[in-house]
Order: sequence, then C-alpha cells, then structure tokens
Amino acid sequence: MIKNKSILFNRENLGDCLARGLSKTPQDIIMEIRESGLKGRGGAGFPTGTKWMLAAASLSNKKYVVCNADEGEPGTFKDRVLLTDFTELVFEGMVIAGYAIGAKKGFIYLRGEYSYLLKQLNEQLQKMLKDNRLGKNILGKGIDFEIEIRLGAGAYVCGEETALIESLEGHRGEARNRPPYPVNTGFMGNPTIVNNVETFVTAAIIMARGGEWFTKLGTGKSKGHKLISVSGDCEEPGVYEVPFGISINELLKMAKAKNPKAVQVGGASGYCACSNEFERQISFEDLSTGGSIMIFNQSRDMLHILRNFMEFFVEESCGQCTPCRIGNVKLLEGVEKIERGDCSLSYLRELIELGKTMKIASKCGLGQSSPNPFISIMTNFEQEIFSQR
Amino acid sequence: MDKIVKDNRAPVSQKPLTMPKPDKDAIGATVGIEINGNPYKVLIGTTILEACRQNNIHVPSLCYHEDLCLAGVCRVCVVEVEGMGTLQAACTFPIINKIKVRTTSEKVRKARRHVLDLMLSEHYGECYSCHRNGNCELQKLAKEYGVDSYKFGHVEKRRYQIDRSSYSVVRDMDKCILCKRCVRTCIDLQEVGVLEAKNRGNNTKITTFMDKPLADVICINCGQCINRCPTAALKANDPSDEIWNVIDDPSKHVVIQTAPSPRAAIGEEFGLPPGTSMTYQMNTALKMIGFDKVFDTDFTADLTIMEEGTELLMRLKKKLVDGDKNVMLPQLTSCSPGWIKYIEHFYPDYLDYLSTCKSPQQMFGSVIKTFYAKEHEIDPSNIVTVAVMPCSAKKFECNRPEMDSSGFKDVDYGLTTRELAQMIREAGLYLPDLPPGNFDDPFGDASGAGLIFGATGGVMEAALRTAYELVTGRPVPFENLDIIPCRGFDGVKQASVKLEKVKPEWSFLEGVDLNFMIAHGTANAKKVMESLVRGELSNIHFIEVMACPGGCLGGGGQPIPTSPEIRKKRAEAIYQEDAGLPVRKSHENPHITYIYEKFLTDGPCGHLSHKLLHTQYVKRGKFIG
Repeated sequence: MIKNKSILFNRENLGDCLARGLSKTPQDIIMEIRESGLKGRGGAGFPTGTKWMLAAASLSNKKYVVCNADEGEPGTFKDRVLLTDFTELVFEGMVIAGYAIGAKKGFIYLRGEYSYLLKQLNEQLQKMLKDNRLGKNILGKGIDFEIEIRLGAGAYVCGEETALIESLEGHRGEARNRPPYPVNTGFMGNPTIVNNVETFVTAAIIMARGGEWFTKLGTGKSKGHKLISVSGDCEEPGVYEVPFGISINELLKMAKAKNPKAVQVGGASGYCACSNEFERQISFEDLSTGGSIMIFNQSRDMLHILRNFMEFFVEESCGQCTPCRIGNVKLLEGVEKIERGDCSLSYLRELIELGKTMKIASKCGLGQSSPNPFISIMTNFEQEIFSQR
Repeated sequence: MDKIVKDNRAPVSQKPLTMPKPDKDAIGATVGIEINGNPYKVLIGTTILEACRQNNIHVPSLCYHEDLCLAGVCRVCVVEVEGMGTLQAACTFPIINKIKVRTTSEKVRKARRHVLDLMLSEHYGECYSCHRNGNCELQKLAKEYGVDSYKFGHVEKRRYQIDRSSYSVVRDMDKCILCKRCVRTCIDLQEVGVLEAKNRGNNTKITTFMDKPLADVICINCGQCINRCPTAALKANDPSDEIWNVIDDPSKHVVIQTAPSPRAAIGEEFGLPPGTSMTYQMNTALKMIGFDKVFDTDFTADLTIMEEGTELLMRLKKKLVDGDKNVMLPQLTSCSPGWIKYIEHFYPDYLDYLSTCKSPQQMFGSVIKTFYAKEHEIDPSNIVTVAVMPCSAKKFECNRPEMDSSGFKDVDYGLTTRELAQMIREAGLYLPDLPPGNFDDPFGDASGAGLIFGATGGVMEAALRTAYELVTGRPVPFENLDIIPCRGFDGVKQASVKLEKVKPEWSFLEGVDLNFMIAHGTANAKKVMESLVRGELSNIHFIEVMACPGGCLGGGGQPIPTSPEIRKKRAEAIYQEDAGLPVRKSHENPHITYIYEKFLTDGPCGHLSHKLLHTQYVKRGKFIG
C-alpha cells in the first residue's frame, strides 16, 4: 500500500487506461509518452518514449515486451506494491507498449522471492483474458497480445535488462555486450523493450491522464511522481509517492526519522548522503534512485553498513568481467583491512581509484554502480570511520 | 537471427555480431570515424578493435580471439568513445555511425592497468616455473603496462588441484583468468561443450560436467582450448621427461616419427614467421637430441592411402555390384583421433561408416615394432616409438588399449610440436641454424600425398591422386596434380570427380561421379553428420573429417598462438613442399611398394594389414559415469 496520498497512482477519475491507449495510433502513443518526459523508473532513467520509438522503428515481425519485476535492489519494494495493488495497470501498460511497438508477446520477469504473487497475477491475467482485455482481438480493436509470467531464480544481476533476457532464454544470467541494444537485438535476437513495473503503470496512467498533465508534475528534467521505498531508522517506513525534486529532509520528515546520520539513496548501489547533503533533491538531475531510500541514524557504524553492501556485491557479481568480479572482492577486503586497522590511507586512495575504474570499465550496470557506496561512504565518512578505529 | 540461435550454441551475449558486412563499394557502406584525432574510413559494422588493428593502432586485448565469438569480459581493450559515460570494450563495439574514439587517454590507461592488477591478484604462480613463460599473453600485458608489484595482492597458495586425468589435456585452474576462450572454443568453435563456467562472482570457475575429471567427460582431446588459452591454465600432457629417460637409456632403441604438420609450424617456436618449413633441420635436431632413427609419418600416410583407398573401392564394389546392405557409404576417414572420439561420443550408431584404418601414427607404431624390428633384428620390447604430432588427441590415441597389435604398445609416446621445440631448446640447439638432415631408411622420404595430410582436404586429395589412377590408369585430371576443390578453409567442401574410361576390372565404376566431402573442425563435422543422419548424403562416397579447424596444421599441439592467417601460412608451406617433391602419389612411393612386397604380402586390406593396420571403435555415447 502507498502510505501517503497519491496523485499519480490514484484510480479516482482514471477511467479505462487500456481503452484510452488502444484508441490512439501506435505513433500517437509513442509521441504522448515522449511528450510526457517519462523516464525509466528502474533507476537508469532512460527516456521511455525513445526506447519505445527505437523498438517500433526496428524492422522485425517478432518483437517482445518485457516487464522487469525482478525488484532486487536492496531496500526497494515499491514494485511489489504496484504488482499487488495495481496489477491490472501493470498488464495494461504492457499491452499498450506492445501495441505501440508492434509486439504480440510480453513477459513478466518476476523476482523469485515474489512467487507468492503468482496466483494473484495469474488470476488477473485470466480475468483480463475473459474480459477480452488480453489475448486475441483485444477490445475488438484487432490487436493481439499475450503475457507470460517467468520466475527469476534470485540473481540480482538479472535485474539488468540484458542479463534478464539471457535468463529468459534459459542461459546463465550474464549481461550482454551493448551495443547492440535490446531494442534491436533482444529476446531471441528480436527487438525487445524491457521496462520497470512502475514505468508500465505510469505509462498506462499517462494514457488516461495525458502526457501534458504529467509534465506538470516533477522538475525540469524529471517529470512526474515517483514511488519511493523508505526503510531503515524511521518510525514510518513504507512506500511513498513523492514528486521529483523532493529533498531528503522532506522525505526524512515524512517517514519520521530521528537523528538521521546518513541516507542511502538508490539502494545498495546508490549514493550515501551525509547530513550536510540532506537538502539535495531526489531527481535525475541530482540524486537519482530506482526507488530505495535507506535511513541510518547516529547509532549506526558506517563501515559496518558498507561491509554489508560490499558483501552483497561480491555475492551478486555474475563473475564474467574482471573489474566487477575481482574489484568488488578487493573493495570488501579493503573494508576488512580498515576494520582490522591495517589499511593505509594511500591504499584507501588506490581502492577509491579502483572504484572509479570499476564504474567506467565494468561490462554492465552492476559493476558500474557497485563501487558507489564504497566511494560515497569512504568520502563522506572517512574521518568518522578512521577515528573509531 | 533464429537461424543463428539454432546453428550456434553460444549465448547471444557471446555470439558474433550479426550485422552483414556490406560490399566495400556500396553506397553508405563505409563510415568515417576518428581515432585519437585522426580520421579513418571503415566498413559499417567493423568493431573498434578491428578498425584500430586495420590501421595499425595498438589496442591490447585478452579475451578476444580471432577464431572465437565475442565475449567482452576481460575489459583490457577498453577505449573511450566520445559521448558515452563509460569506457567501451573495443572488441565488441560495432561502428555504425561517426564516432570519436580515444585509445590513449588517462581514463583508458588507468582502467587497463587496474584490470591487469586485478587479474594478477587472482593469478597463481611464478612466471619462471611456468611452461608459458615467454609466450603468455598476461605476462606480455604485465610487461607492456610496467607492472612491478602486485598492487592488490597475489595468490600465495594453490586453490585447485591440477587435473591430470586426461592423457591429452592438463587443466590448472589456478592459472585461469576466466577469459572464457576455452569455453567459447569448446562450445562454439568445436561444438563439443565440455567446458563451461560454474558458480558466480569470484567463485566462478571453468569446469566440466559435475566437476568430473577431464578424462571422464566427453572431451575429444582436440586441444583447441590449449591453443587459445592466453595463460598456462591449459596445456598438453607433456611426456618429455620420460622420453629423455629412454633416450638416455642405452638399452633402448628410440625411434621417432614426425607428422607433416609440425615441420610446417615448429619454426614459429623459434621466432620464424609462420609457414617456414623446417623438415630437414628438424631431422638433424632429432638426431642430435639422441633419437636412434627418424622416420617420416608421411610414409604411413601413404600406407593409409593404400589401405583406405582400397577399402573405399571394396566398399563401392560390395555396395554397387553385390548390393551388400551391411556396407556403409559414405566412408568416413579415420586419421584424426579427435574426430574419432567425437563420433564415438556424439554419433555412436554411425561407427560403421568409419574407415577401419588406423591413423598413420598408429600404423607406423605397429610397422616399426614388427616389420622394422624384424628387418633390423631388434627386440621389439626394446624399441620405444615416439610420435611428433601437431595433436593432443594423439596422446590419447596411442594409449587406447586396442592399439597393441604389434604385441606391444604400438606407439609409446605422443609428443606435440610445442613439446618437441622445448626438447630441442633443452638440448641446447637453435633449430633454424641446423644443417639439413634426411629421414632414415627403410622408410626414407615419402610422397607429397602423405605430406598434404597436414592440411584440411589433404587426405582427400592424396586419396584421389591414387584412387583415380588405380581405377583409370591415368593421373587425376588436375593441373600439376593439385586438386584445388580439396584445398582452402571453407568449413564444408563438396566436389566430385567423374570416373571415365576405367580399367576393365573396375568397369562397375564407369561413368560414376565420385562424390566427396571435406569437413574440418568438429562443428563442421557435426553439420555433415546431421545431414548423414537425415539421410541426405546417400550420393556421397567419401568424407574426410578432421577434428581441428584447418586440419592437422591447426592441431591442439601446434605452436601458440593460432589464427586463420597463421593456419593459412602453414598450409601454404605444406602445399609448397608437396609441389617440390619428386614423388607425389602414395602408390608411387618406392618404400610402399617395398613393404607390400616384403611384408604385407597379401596386399592392401589383406590379412596382415587387417591385423596391424586396421582397428575397431568404441560406442561411447554421452554417458558419464
């Protein structure tokens, strides 16, 4: 459930998103999404309209729509809320996307741990099939689209779109080389769009409310509202709908956090902000997030937190590229060295440099973002960490 | 694309780019790019790495290999592409629009050094106790980047046991840097699929099915993985210490046979350019090392042609004249032990199609321990036979239990080209400086037909030179006996020769088109076998299959590195030597006539031949115990 009053994710006056969407031409849908300025809600923030446009322009008689419901980023649980409370909008968003790009088949790649949702999702699919909102000749408009649910098996990297596609095809979850991008060469080599759950729901809502209405929400480069999963040291953890541009301070107030020392924006792979950065905004211009905010109060040991994150990445690196496979181990060993009190400052600098290399030289988003907590915590809390040891 | 998925077992992430390379002169086929500030024009779809190499711009690489699909995993070849936030792997990045590339920026330099430092931190061992010392791509990179310390530590203790179970291939995973070249070789290039990555993250390791020893899985011993391993994680099972021992033992009569391919490649081990033939210098070296006799495997290659050619003609007669349903055609060649093990594992129900001829190596072993021993009055139990082969599978082959028809182990040791080069160095010799020496009698020089066994299509060409002449009484109708349709590196070649005006005893072959196919690399062999299984090859009479890309000259025992260009050069050397030989047809080799007169008196495929020169096969299947 969304904890605060929702404006975007609100069924009042919403009407029939699917019917509204399918009454437009595919080109108009893509134009509307482009005009809305909607950016991918999984965290990377790629403009959704552009992605759809590229897939629509790809010449192929087989195209696919994939809903990334592999919500694996630690501290993120907003997609779970959408899958539970807005199930039909997830599917409708996929049908609209399929219609827009010319795909007849969609997959939901559901996080393994969310298998308890399977029954509900299947019931909703059956209902939509019965109501002619899915399947053949949807709403009598001559549009065919089917949706299949596939379960992930717990690998974090399968949230990365190309690794997800590899997993869908039955291979090891390993990121592909990009380019070519999935919009050209995706599932089984066919044009494929992979979007986050929230993106599909938002796209469906834009169909009903209009792209122009959407652009009035949010900031200049970050349109609309965003679901944020707030967790950690606060009295009111949960999922909140917030406008882009909201400051960390406002969020902290909302969640009733006491004595916060640090806020991890964007999950384990995100940025760790210290208290003098709490005026910074949640937006693509400033601190971007796929939806996770973790609050740590004054009692927390930052090195312990960092250790946790780095253990996670060592565990979850798929292991194919060198910077991520070994780099994360070296960063974790660095944390252990600091714990033992035998890490020199010069070695710490070297590790931070290594982190910077990982960010630009790793093959996929996992290795490109896993050094973020190391770099931000070591930069923002270096004095505190070293003074405690 | 669907077609590629079917044709090719590698994950899409590792497949070659599917973009067709347009004709160079087509409009819009080229794109202007900028590398380090200089303008270049390249074909659309060219990768950055290819573009750089075409224009002599150095970009280091490691997991990239010309023969293999793309991985993009080592991240050594990263470059900066303007407008992209992250560095891009040059090996995988296709150029489709005007991009600006920097190969030398600060970011690039630091990133490559970091990647290298990370690899070295996980790479066990010291260079001076490593057999790839001086020919290791990781070592070369470390030098290039001036690595003088282990910035992120170093592995102090072994983590894995070395897998020495296989007669052919030794795996030392402590040296592995996870470039996955071996995996891509095994799955994609050879379509055998013994090696795959297991576990995730830093626990990733390359392993076999259920971590079984290599000897217990369906490895065909082709050793192509060895040729492509950048470090010493894979090597051939080296018998040189034992060979030194028997050489140094005066009671042993140690003879060595040398296959056609090593002589075309061994020069590379001594810094000579690929394609430098070292046949006669090698003979001198072998004598100086201490081998008692040096024989030419080409002799038994000629013998193979006599036996296998006769077998084919007999099969044709039984099938065409007698209508014998138990005779299988097309006849498949059996010289390549990698191919033999492949078909035993993958097509166990089709072993009857194989020629029953032993490979030239094994034929020689049994001839030496019988005919030669008798003629020279040497107790065969004191004879040690060594075979210099371009091949790692030969090590397995000579250890097959059925290979003892002489009453002894026919071939005692299979030695690769690389290992022989090492022995030559160890003996204190520099091969290129040695004077030429001859092969020893009674087998002496062989024919050019035996020599070209080293290249894909060579067995077919040699067989045709003899069979055609046997049947018609005239030489094959090709200029200079060069049967061009048999040559070249196309994966599967098919051609035919019309038999006309045949001798009376072969009248049933009058007007018959002798149809033949040639495949090299087991991926291509698989294509041929799949057609055979589907019943599409009923009009084909003879198929040559070699397990290794390029044939024996690209074998798993040949000098490292390998590439299409290098294999082409080696083939040129072999064909050039053939062209210059006085005898170029197996049946005209005087030593062949001699052995049939003196020893194998009941002729090709006769009783004694069957005992000594033919063999049977094992239905292995894919069961793994």
